[in-house]
Amino acid sequence: MIEAKQVTKSFNGHMVLNELSLAVEKGETLVIIGRSGCGKSVFLKHIIGIMKPDQGEIVVDEINTVKLSSKDINQFRMRFGMVFQGAALFDSLTVGENVGFALIEHTRLSAAAIRERVEESLELVGLKGIQRLRPSELSGGMKKRVAIARAICMRPEIILYDEPTTGLDPIMADAINDLIIHMHDKLKITSLAVTHDMTSAYKIGSRIAMMYQGKIIQIGKPGDIRNSKDPVVQQFITGSAKGPMTDISFKSLEQTEGER
Amino acid sequence: MKAIAQAVGQKGVNFLLYAGGAFTLFMQTLFWIAVPPFVNKRTFQQMVKIGVDSLPISSLTAFFIGVVLALQSAYQMQRVNAEMYIPSLVSISMTREIGPVITALVVAGRVGASIAAELGSMKVTEQIDALEALASNPVKYLVTPRFIALFLMLPLLTVYADVVGMIGGYMVSVYKLGLTHSLYVRMTFEPLVLKDIFTGLSKTLIFAAIICIVSCFEGMRVEGGAEGVGAATTRAVVVSFILIIAADAFATVIFYFIT
Repeated sequence: MIEAKQVTKSFNGHMVLNELSLAVEKGETLVIIGRSGCGKSVFLKHIIGIMKPDQGEIVVDEINTVKLSSKDINQFRMRFGMVFQGAALFDSLTVGENVGFALIEHTRLSAAAIRERVEESLELVGLKGIQRLRPSELSGGMKKRVAIARAICMRPEIILYDEPTTGLDPIMADAINDLIIHMHDKLKITSLAVTHDMTSAYKIGSRIAMMYQGKIIQIGKPGDIRNSKDPVVQQFITGSAKGPMTDISFKSLEQTEGER
Repeated sequence: MKAIAQAVGQKGVNFLLYAGGAFTLFMQTLFWIAVPPFVNKRTFQQMVKIGVDSLPISSLTAFFIGVVLALQSAYQMQRVNAEMYIPSLVSISMTREIGPVITALVVAGRVGASIAAELGSMKVTEQIDALEALASNPVKYLVTPRFIALFLMLPLLTVYADVVGMIGGYMVSVYKLGLTHSLYVRMTFEPLVLKDIFTGLSKTLIFAAIICIVSCFEGMRVEGGAEGVGAATTRAVVVSFILIIAADAFATVIFYFIT
């Protein structure tokens, strides 16, 4: 179970996470939705320990990640797989080396065993036989799939997806959604995804949490979110340009211009 | 006046933050070098990139510097019939000063820029975050192989540049100024003592640390996109150049008094 307790984070005086609290149950797929730049990716990086909160704590199966030493944090990260927004494949390595990276670096498996695991992971994402290609030779969708293969290669307990469908055409985005569901069903992994793609959120999420102004303002099953009475949630899920979220943005913009 | 004071104060704070960040990276690098595995495939790849691939540009630069040194000194030496001392001047200048500094500047321009750009691109495309997510320390994975490679290859490149510079001097002295082969060789090595080579090579270790830490630090703190990478690359080269020249002056003063 992942628990974020009153997590606060600021960058240059701008508060991105504002006493954010959230619990992700074991085995579920929780999707965090929210506007671009609202701090969803920052929150994911806090969970895996890439960023440390200014206040609050993140507890994963009773381990407080904020207090982990730099040595223990690497051991802790082996339990996670993370899929980055732009895939973040290592340009200097082949697809096979990318997928097997953690196995090569952190295990004493033989080269043959690593090759087998890499092949198995690539097969799971439907990309068998591309081990020798370079990331630059792949399409956007293939990069995302390879990133998923890399994330599952160590057989993690938890996978974090950062905008898994951003930048993909609708057909490829749906294929990635199916893949995430397939991974979840087959490997019984706890998944936490952040996205602003509502189609994806409804499809992959067993629960959806809405993030706004650094906090979770509503959490529930996809149906609960779809039927939410909260005007902020309604504006976001319907994708309307007018509503409480943009009113604040327009007002602050007008205020800034007035001050000039 | 208040605005000027604030601007100066801000610059001072930025400088301290920069120096502190670079020093922290240096200490982290030393720590991770001591953590096994000490040398791996990446270290050898970097040794090839930094050392072997720098041979052509180092050769050209050192050769022409040797030619220029011999010609410029001949201009004065011929007036007092002292051409026979040109080989000594070339060899001592190359080993003590010009070989180490020119090689370091060439490597800072070629390799330092490449390191800053590569790490900067990795930063903006979240590859450095991905390294951390895959339980690998970015300093151990990215900085230590480059540090070890520079530490080993820069002295070797410098020795190579010293020899090529002397060959440049030989070409001018023997084929233009009329010195004999045996005189050139004798006057090149006779005045050279171990101290000359040692002082030159010991400087290269400082230069190697400067090039690696400045370039990696600049690359790893890139913000923004392509513009940030470009700015970091420029800064890496400029800061490395300034620090190399400053460290050279500092080391020369120290060697002058202790040897």
